[in-house]
Amino acid sequence: MAITDTRPLDPPAPARDRLGEVIARQGAAFWVVVVLMLAMPLIAPTFWLVQIFAYAMILGMIALSLMFLAGYGGIVSLVQMTVAAFAAYLVAIFGDSAIAQISLKWPWWAAVPVAVVIATLFGTLSGALSVRTEGIYTIMITLAIASAFYYLCLQNYTIFNGFSGFNGILPPVFLGIDWGGNVAFYYLTLACAALACAVVVYVSRAPFGLALQGTRDNPRRMAALGFNVVAHRIAAYAFASVIAAFAGVLLVWYQRQVSPGTAGVGPVVDVLIIAVVGGMSRPIGPFIGALVYVLLRTFALDLLEAVGLDGKRFQLLVGLGFLVIVLFSPDGLVGIWARITERYRRSREARAAQMRIGGDAP
Amino acid sequence: MNALPSRESLSAASSANALELRGVSRLFGALAALSDITLSVRPGERRAVLGSNGAGKTTLFNCITGDFPPSSGIIRFFGEDVTAFPPHERIRRGLRRTYQISSLFTGLSVLDNVYLACRGVSRSRFSLLRPRRDEALMHAAEGLVEAVHLAPVRDRLVGELAYGQQRQLEIALALSGAPRFILFDEPAAGLSPTERRDLVHILTSLPGHIGYIIIEHDMDVALRVVESVTMMHNGRIFKEGRPEDIETDPEVQELYLGGGDPGGAHG
Repeated sequence: MAITDTRPLDPPAPARDRLGEVIARQGAAFWVVVVLMLAMPLIAPTFWLVQIFAYAMILGMIALSLMFLAGYGGIVSLVQMTVAAFAAYLVAIFGDSAIAQISLKWPWWAAVPVAVVIATLFGTLSGALSVRTEGIYTIMITLAIASAFYYLCLQNYTIFNGFSGFNGILPPVFLGIDWGGNVAFYYLTLACAALACAVVVYVSRAPFGLALQGTRDNPRRMAALGFNVVAHRIAAYAFASVIAAFAGVLLVWYQRQVSPGTAGVGPVVDVLIIAVVGGMSRPIGPFIGALVYVLLRTFALDLLEAVGLDGKRFQLLVGLGFLVIVLFSPDGLVGIWARITERYRRSREARAAQMRIGGDAP
Repeated sequence: MNALPSRESLSAASSANALELRGVSRLFGALAALSDITLSVRPGERRAVLGSNGAGKTTLFNCITGDFPPSSGIIRFFGEDVTAFPPHERIRRGLRRTYQISSLFTGLSVLDNVYLACRGVSRSRFSLLRPRRDEALMHAAEGLVEAVHLAPVRDRLVGELAYGQQRQLEIALALSGAPRFILFDEPAAGLSPTERRDLVHILTSLPGHIGYIIIEHDMDVALRVVESVTMMHNGRIFKEGRPEDIETDPEVQELYLGGGDPGGAHG
């Protein structure tokens, strides 16, 4: 764009100052979470560090990519888990695994970018196929793509190694650190999840994100403002797919294997459940939903057996929890939290007002 | 600033009509909402389209903007055949419209609504970077918010605005970027007398090169802000002329004003 403004401008605020502003605006809850997450390796045992928190953050990133599409774009896509699983497969195919006859043994710094790019292209293409439909039809088309990918993995042995998939995939060693170590892997996922969350928050207020919210609220009006709504939605798929693809890379490093089950219809729907339970209105929602999901998955078995029920029924507990949350808070757990803080703020203000009145009295 | 046509194409186009419709028809099933409309509007010309409910006025707008493509006929915008263009391509060429029922982004602030409209016709509509306070487009958006008297509420969510303010915001969105021709669909509907005066002021103080077509039932507003009038009836053009001629035309009075006192229009 041409420089149209010739007036002397105030020097733009340095980026660091504005970052400082953003940080200063955060409430106490934000800082508690930051400190807790950073200090987690000191507090939590290894099992919690990796099996609960790291896994929840990876699932949270996949659900975050759905939250971006659904929350800001009104697009309910079931293909996000498939994008992540595809990236996971590609890391195994281009990189190193125990399946020596297929894996190309590229170094991780070549395999990971290629995997992310191809998986993103796949996600964008799926978006281009489904973007002209709305609501239930988008869900159907993306579900069909997800199922097709699952059966392709299951039945193709030359590339995807069929039913057994790939195992023996190890996180890389670089900067002298073995990223497969528990603490290192925890911090790696924490950094990726925090970055993804921050990027989504930032982009939601940038022109691209604002316009996406415009296409959600009023696509016809957006066209009447000069926006190409279809192109904008496809671009949103591309953006979300990048996040899902990176999450897929972390997922294969976490599981150290990938098989058709990773991309099955179960996990595909679980991502939707995670996003809905956590809440679609804010980027933190999917992470909360993922933590609840992982905790339920991990401990529901013990809980059920403790009360004398079959431990295999843990899905029942997940389903009941889902029902209760959706019934009582359409906005997910984030919505419940928002209501609690709002009520607390109001009662505090009311109390403060009462004290002022009391103070004025003689 | 942005998305502006080059100087050469502008001067070439200035000899052409701003808007030219040839034999435009639009069918909804067997119903002809528009039949054989031929219409030309000069650049900078301001025209009212009048007609009773169901006369096809809003359908005419939808055909011009491309919301509903015409079933047959040709639409030229500044000499360019835009009949097959999707709406956003027409908008990027300088066409704008407002909606009869406010069509805004209720979950966004007033300033964000106008900023989005400015972005829509700029090349950077996919930008992933947040706007800086001193950015030219942000200045433009702030200027538009002021022009429609909404500066005091610019950070409020649009859903919280009063009805009249939402109507004003509709107009601000249509003025974003570099409009060359605007379609106003009943901008005065539901406004108070004071707000109508403001509206007339906004319309009459638009830069002279911006032409428009206004659909308006309130003759007091419509005939004060235009230089020509097109009467529609049952999807056809029924009469064209200057406001004062149309107002006193006995046929028009019978059809549209229902034989009412034409002097009442002067209010």
